[in-house]
Amino acid sequence: MPPELAARRERRPFTAHLVGQNIGLLLVFALLAAAVLLYCVFFWIRQQSLPGNFELTSTVNNTMPLAMAAIGQTIVVLTRGLDLSVGGIIDLTNALAAVQIQDNAGSMLAWTAVVLLVGAALGLVNGLLVGVGRLQPIVVTLATLSIFQGLAIRVLPQPGGAIPPSYTAALVDPNNPWALLYLGLCVLLWLAFRRSALGVAIFAIGNDEGAARANGIKVVQGKVIAYTLSGVFAAAGGLFLAATATAGDATSGNGFTLSSIVAVVLGGVNLFGGRGSAVGAIAGAFVTTMIVNILFFSEIDPLYQSFYEGLFLIIAVVVGAVLGRLLRRRR
Amino acid sequence: MTESEATAGGGSPPAVAAVKLAKSFGGVRALNGASFAAAPGEVHALVGENGAGKSTLIKILGGRLRPDAGSMRLKGEAVELHGPGEAHRRGAWTVFQELTLLPWMTVAENLLLGDEPRGALGLIVRRRMSRDADAALARLGIRHIDPDALVEDIPLAARQIVEIVRVVIREPAILLLDEPTSSLGEHEVAWLFDLIRELRAQQTCIVFTSHRWNEIASIADRITIFRNGAEVGTYRAIEEREAITLMTGQRLDTLFPPVPPLAAEVPMLEAQGLAAPGISAIGFTLRRGEILGVGGLTGHGHRELFLTLFGALRAERGTILVGGEALRLRGPRDAIRAGLGIALVPEDRKTEGLLLPMTIRDNLTLAILERISRLGVIEAGAEAERTRRLADALQIKTPSLMQPAGSLSGGNQQKVLIGRWLLAESRILLLYDVTRGVDIATKHEIYELMVRLIGEGRAILFYSSDAEELAHLCHRVLVMREGRIAAELAAPNLSAEAIVAAAVRDSLAA
Repeated sequence: MPPELAARRERRPFTAHLVGQNIGLLLVFALLAAAVLLYCVFFWIRQQSLPGNFELTSTVNNTMPLAMAAIGQTIVVLTRGLDLSVGGIIDLTNALAAVQIQDNAGSMLAWTAVVLLVGAALGLVNGLLVGVGRLQPIVVTLATLSIFQGLAIRVLPQPGGAIPPSYTAALVDPNNPWALLYLGLCVLLWLAFRRSALGVAIFAIGNDEGAARANGIKVVQGKVIAYTLSGVFAAAGGLFLAATATAGDATSGNGFTLSSIVAVVLGGVNLFGGRGSAVGAIAGAFVTTMIVNILFFSEIDPLYQSFYEGLFLIIAVVVGAVLGRLLRRRR
Repeated sequence: MTESEATAGGGSPPAVAAVKLAKSFGGVRALNGASFAAAPGEVHALVGENGAGKSTLIKILGGRLRPDAGSMRLKGEAVELHGPGEAHRRGAWTVFQELTLLPWMTVAENLLLGDEPRGALGLIVRRRMSRDADAALARLGIRHIDPDALVEDIPLAARQIVEIVRVVIREPAILLLDEPTSSLGEHEVAWLFDLIRELRAQQTCIVFTSHRWNEIASIADRITIFRNGAEVGTYRAIEEREAITLMTGQRLDTLFPPVPPLAAEVPMLEAQGLAAPGISAIGFTLRRGEILGVGGLTGHGHRELFLTLFGALRAERGTILVGGEALRLRGPRDAIRAGLGIALVPEDRKTEGLLLPMTIRDNLTLAILERISRLGVIEAGAEAERTRRLADALQIKTPSLMQPAGSLSGGNQQKVLIGRWLLAESRILLLYDVTRGVDIATKHEIYELMVRLIGEGRAILFYSSDAEELAHLCHRVLVMREGRIAAELAAPNLSAEAIVAAAVRDSLAA
């Protein structure tokens, strides 16, 4: 038995560590609460009432595509990668859904599965190029973004197609925020992922690829799976987008490339990999939706909407960074 | 006495054997037909200069690199390893020199990586992981490391210990350690050696590399010496002097060159009542032609002192005088302009000092870019000329100065760090642990360089974790304890023992 190495140090309880190591998560929920509060204030000023079930439902339904894309983006960013093709995958899967889904249960189920598989296949292409081909993620996914956008236009040259109302009701019921259940499912999946060998591998790769490899972790396989999962979640985003719009548009997904990265950053996921949570990214997605909602009710000239969106975003990121630094220093 | 390969370690078959392994990187031959064998229950040291191929050999045995030629046997079986995972399955685990911990994961997650306790649905149970890790640490006598802390939040020495513990708890049959002591203090080294002795008693085969001869002599059962990518021989006992001759191929009569006495009392750098985070009430005078040592146990403010003198840390109180004039340091730029140069060998070599992917030449001229530029454009001719002369003077071993600095061995990287400030015409050099992890021949070159520099009228403030080195090279030594100067030692009271005694006096008294 070796001798005692040093005096015993006071141990902080497990939960104290858990809080300390999840400051980013706490911050984004604080940010979300602040955004909701601000929204309620503006809503009250305009309507002399508080937002209710309708507002909640439409907020949730409008956020679903971005929340899905952000979950996928989180997994890739955790490996210290970036998936710019998210927008292209949403374009393509959205167009596919609008063209193919018929108004019967068999078609809906089958095409949902096919669309998710298409997303997986597109993600797999990214993953193989980045993981096996050892190419830079930004270049690879920028190129595939363009390719997927091109394919989407082939599938649906003009906005159109139709999504059966029952499909819309199943995914994004316009009357009740049932879509939250899908999010709940995603959170459960995330918690399981975090405690699985795959989750450990993906976090480890983002921590230090070389060290992960030295520890016997299959780095290439981990990256391929991360991009594939990102494709699946982007495809789910495409389905939700089609369901909310009740029709297809081969360019409607383009904005999601950047907004998914924004949601991830707001959600406290570190762009250098290895740190973050999809739960935070989902909250980040809701923050971006709330910013748009707030602007809508604050009677800002629509021409300036983009300007203020950017301004709010910077403020949110700066406040988050400053608070995070202060909290860490107190530790 | 040399032994033949066949009889390695007596009767039992070797736990690990390398037979004529070869490995090249680009055009450089790192291993050139290297062989050795170690038996179960044996502690086997691999020694040699930096670049002799020890690390490459360990990486091959650990499955991280694949050899170009040759073969190896683990537990008597000929194997080809396709990755570290395969080596692990065969019972060979490695503690690598550069840390392979995951910084943003907890100590517990790192310790149990790949072996996590599972609950329902095969999912990892984090609370149990924390408890298991704590138990594993406690079993090895470690109670000061919190298993729930992030690795990036614990000190470097603790990280090295976690790295070792992580491997030991997998109960390896073959334990490979690449320079495990280079960032450990004396206390931790004693702990590690007790652990190694215990593992040896359990018939574990332990192969390790080290540059510290007294460590090798105190624990190794046998020693294999390497030179230029191949073994010179395996020995049961060998004198340090003889080993150095075998490692370098040349005779080093004295490791430490004679240091000339001070010619005159000309103060170059003075600190008066200096205080900064981690240090307080620091006062000293560094004179022209002097090597002033700074010693003591790691973590007692040396690093902070050096960073403060260089302007990288803001002083809270006190004065810094250069050539008798008070200096206001707003940042390293002011220090450089005043003639200070720092070779701060970072605790984690990769993160400070050198820009490893840039060329050696760029690294050398980094601090004088303004001086060799005209209208913002670097004059290539002037740059090439100056750096070539300097590299010759410093004996930097490289085929070309256009190679990335990262391609140099540790000792030669240190020379580049020092060389940068010579080009900048710094008259006061702050050298922080520049010889750590450096092989003996290069150490000797650095010592000679230091003596030459003070002969040219420069002054050197020299921190080293090696008390022997301080005792031999310095005119005086300041011993720091808890951020203050606890003692000033000068001949005839200057010795390695006196430095260590002054560093731990209080803790012994307590």
